Amino acid sequence: MSQSQSLKMKDLISELKRIVGDDYVLDDQADLLVYEYDGSIDRGNPVVVVLPNTAKEISQVLKLARLNSLPVVARGAGTGLSGGAIAEHGGIVLSMTRMNQILEVNRSDRYAIVEPGVVNLDLSTHVASEGLYYAPDPSSQRACTIGGNIAENSGGPHCLAYGVTTNHVLGMEVVLADGSITWFGDNERDGIGYDLRGITIGSEGTLAIVTKISVRLLRLPEHVKTMLMSFETIEDASAAVTGIIGAGMVPAALEMMDHFCIKAAEEAVGAGYPEGAGAVLLVELDGLLESVEEESEEIEAICREFSPLEIRVATDSLEREKLWSGRKGVLGALGRLAPNYYLVDGTIPRTKLVDVLKKINEISERSGYPIANLLHAGDGNLHPSILFDERKPGDVENILAIGAEILRICVDSGGVLSGEHGIGLEKQDQMPLMFSEEDMATMSLLKLAFETEDLLNPGKVFPTGAGCGDISQARAIARVGPGAYI
Amino acid sequence: MLEVEKIPKPTWLDESELYKCVHCGFCLQACPTYLATGLETESPRGRIALMKAVNEGRLEISNQVMRHWDLCVQCRACEDVCPSGVPYGNLIESTMDHVRDYRRIGLLPRLAYEIALKYLLPNQKNLSVLVAMMDFYIKSGFQKLVRRTKILRLISRRLENLEMMTPALNGEFFRADGHLYQSGVVDAEKIQMLTGCIMPLTQGNQMRAAVRVLNKAGKDVEIPSSQVCCGAINSHVGDVEKAKELARENIEAFSKDNIDGAIVVASAGCGARMKEYGPLLADDPEYSSKAANFSKRVIDINEYLIGAQFQPGESGVPRAVTYQDSCHLANVQKVRDAPRNLLKSIQGLDFCELKESNICCGAGGTYMITEPEMSKKILANKMKNIIDSGADTIATANPGCFMQLQNGIREAGLDVEVKYVTDLLDETYTKK
Repeated sequence: MSQSQSLKMKDLISELKRIVGDDYVLDDQADLLVYEYDGSIDRGNPVVVVLPNTAKEISQVLKLARLNSLPVVARGAGTGLSGGAIAEHGGIVLSMTRMNQILEVNRSDRYAIVEPGVVNLDLSTHVASEGLYYAPDPSSQRACTIGGNIAENSGGPHCLAYGVTTNHVLGMEVVLADGSITWFGDNERDGIGYDLRGITIGSEGTLAIVTKISVRLLRLPEHVKTMLMSFETIEDASAAVTGIIGAGMVPAALEMMDHFCIKAAEEAVGAGYPEGAGAVLLVELDGLLESVEEESEEIEAICREFSPLEIRVATDSLEREKLWSGRKGVLGALGRLAPNYYLVDGTIPRTKLVDVLKKINEISERSGYPIANLLHAGDGNLHPSILFDERKPGDVENILAIGAEILRICVDSGGVLSGEHGIGLEKQDQMPLMFSEEDMATMSLLKLAFETEDLLNPGKVFPTGAGCGDISQARAIARVGPGAYI
Repeated sequence: MLEVEKIPKPTWLDESELYKCVHCGFCLQACPTYLATGLETESPRGRIALMKAVNEGRLEISNQVMRHWDLCVQCRACEDVCPSGVPYGNLIESTMDHVRDYRRIGLLPRLAYEIALKYLLPNQKNLSVLVAMMDFYIKSGFQKLVRRTKILRLISRRLENLEMMTPALNGEFFRADGHLYQSGVVDAEKIQMLTGCIMPLTQGNQMRAAVRVLNKAGKDVEIPSSQVCCGAINSHVGDVEKAKELARENIEAFSKDNIDGAIVVASAGCGARMKEYGPLLADDPEYSSKAANFSKRVIDINEYLIGAQFQPGESGVPRAVTYQDSCHLANVQKVRDAPRNLLKSIQGLDFCELKESNICCGAGGTYMITEPEMSKKILANKMKNIIDSGADTIATANPGCFMQLQNGIREAGLDVEVKYVTDLLDETYTKK
């Protein structure tokens, strides 16, 4: 770094400190290093980490970043699985963890207004005494933030019946790239005009920084029943899933785990998963007592056709929590089997489950890398997790290639690139598998409508490098002219 | 790149333990310093990332790096919630041990530190002289004078803070004199009890209450002489050698009287340390099996009383009581229900849960002295939750937590009393 540049950097740091306070600007090498990762395998060092406390401060930071042409990457709890919060191009990481207040709970209209740094589970815990909860429940809900959930349009086991994040966000305050503060959406269900709220959700921080969120709250169900069914093979379990969905049932959650996951989860939390099973299904039903009982009988009957080894039922909340604890902790628990996992997030038609899982197994056998399968089976969302050791030369390249191969299989079988973790850095190169050049150019135009400088989380979602994304973005810019707003 | 090669590959970390961390982030919400700051740098995942970076030669051990490790309270709540099973306690203890050589601290603090670790905590005689001096300082009215005039502030804020923590003494010292406290039951089972370092001097009354409760449970309690500090503080601050030395001394002290019953511990931090004497001395050919056997005999007093089916006395204890988990009881020894069930068994006692009772209070052994700022930040939130609980008494199971909560309550001006679980059990027999 030349002296003039470093001087400039010094000025920038002191300016940032003036905005958010001395304690909330980090630029020591060691401090930056702990902001280089998320929950997956990508890494990137920011130049500076800023922890703002208000939308106003964020507005000032964005203006300053623009003036200095510095990228800005928003980060929640850093539990993401697609590199969305990685500062690949350096710049400022905007850590939202200080903005963690639940500002308002409106019981009669069933919504809450929260700051983006509120932890997902904390919100549900906070409103539980009012008989309410927030439905989207990513497995990392103990740690991940609502803001991060918005960026990735996160799902979770219960999204089968209740939908993903976008179905539960009514509106939000955002700071745009030019520093202006505005509100997208409404507290009503259906706003009028373009759905800017919907566009922003899942945009991975490339369009705006979300600073306040109005979320829908649901009433806690009267009755909940969780069933754990174990099968000898993953094929039997998959067939049972197809059977349940085919019969027109929509459980609140329908999860599957293979033998790797069962082993890891069992070691981690001792949830009481049966040993020796090839796969387990975790089925949850909720609603009125009578309908839950009726549905559970029907589901049991369907599963019995596929000779389950065991069916276990839990209705009291402690037992249910125990059954769930294995599923919710399983990803981290894979750390017991290997130093790293690479979790692939793809979605396929449910009728193709058996087929695709077979192909994944073949890849695993051929390559020698164990692949643990956990699935939101009910909605065909696969999470094959490739186990590896990043310190072994060649491992990272190999597993990335395997991941790409699995995604290709998903898309070929009629599925999509991501169920709930976003595109981020991880899958941008696979975007052309699903989208034509025209598709991507159109999406780029949308991005350009928000900002032309490409400073908000640059290099995410769209392909970069030799792929056609760069070209499509460049073409879109050429069409509207640099610096222009549409 | 050249620079990277200059750094010798560290050998103090067990890679098979270190690389169990897959940075999923589940530990964040269990960590008191992360909750207090929102900073990844003050989280278990961040501290492990720094260890990994040093291990990979990507980072040198700078003061800033050590700062983040130092700020760990070592409550080990992260270990309890970690799905990968990262043995964080081992990692941070061996890291603290390793970085001792890198520290550049002033001569005076270093001297104070060394004296405390080598000559005060492990030596009851020396420590009791100091505590007696503190007692004189309080009783003579000198403390009042110092606090009123705020004279220490003129010297340094830090010293003033330290003075604020001077523990109020509770009765006479409780001595490890080999005495056998008898229950009066014929052929009663003989058990032994650890006295520890600070607790018998500053909380003699509470220790006597613990012994009375054990007697009421029908046990004869021997307090072996020549026992020493458990060594927990030494291992926390990275003095593993001294910790091993103390462990060996205790193993001898507790075996010399030919009693092989339970070794009951009334302080959670010591219990946790002693339950892990096995791994601590695993490489010691003479002591490894003795240590493993010793650790098997160690049991927390709350856990022990539940196992012994202790029945509280007839007197009701009309208090609204809440319970703060002592970290090393809950997270390391995994004892959570026993103290709660004991409290609930007391007549007239109204038990209510404390919000975030599983989050550390910021005591952390000597942490409250070495890191007063962070410690107070953590404590402030605890006080808020205590007020919300509506309790008039907060029960806990460790002297560090006891003192820290007392300090917090005094400074916040709350009308809440701090008690050991065993104090309240004792009240069911002694209260008229």
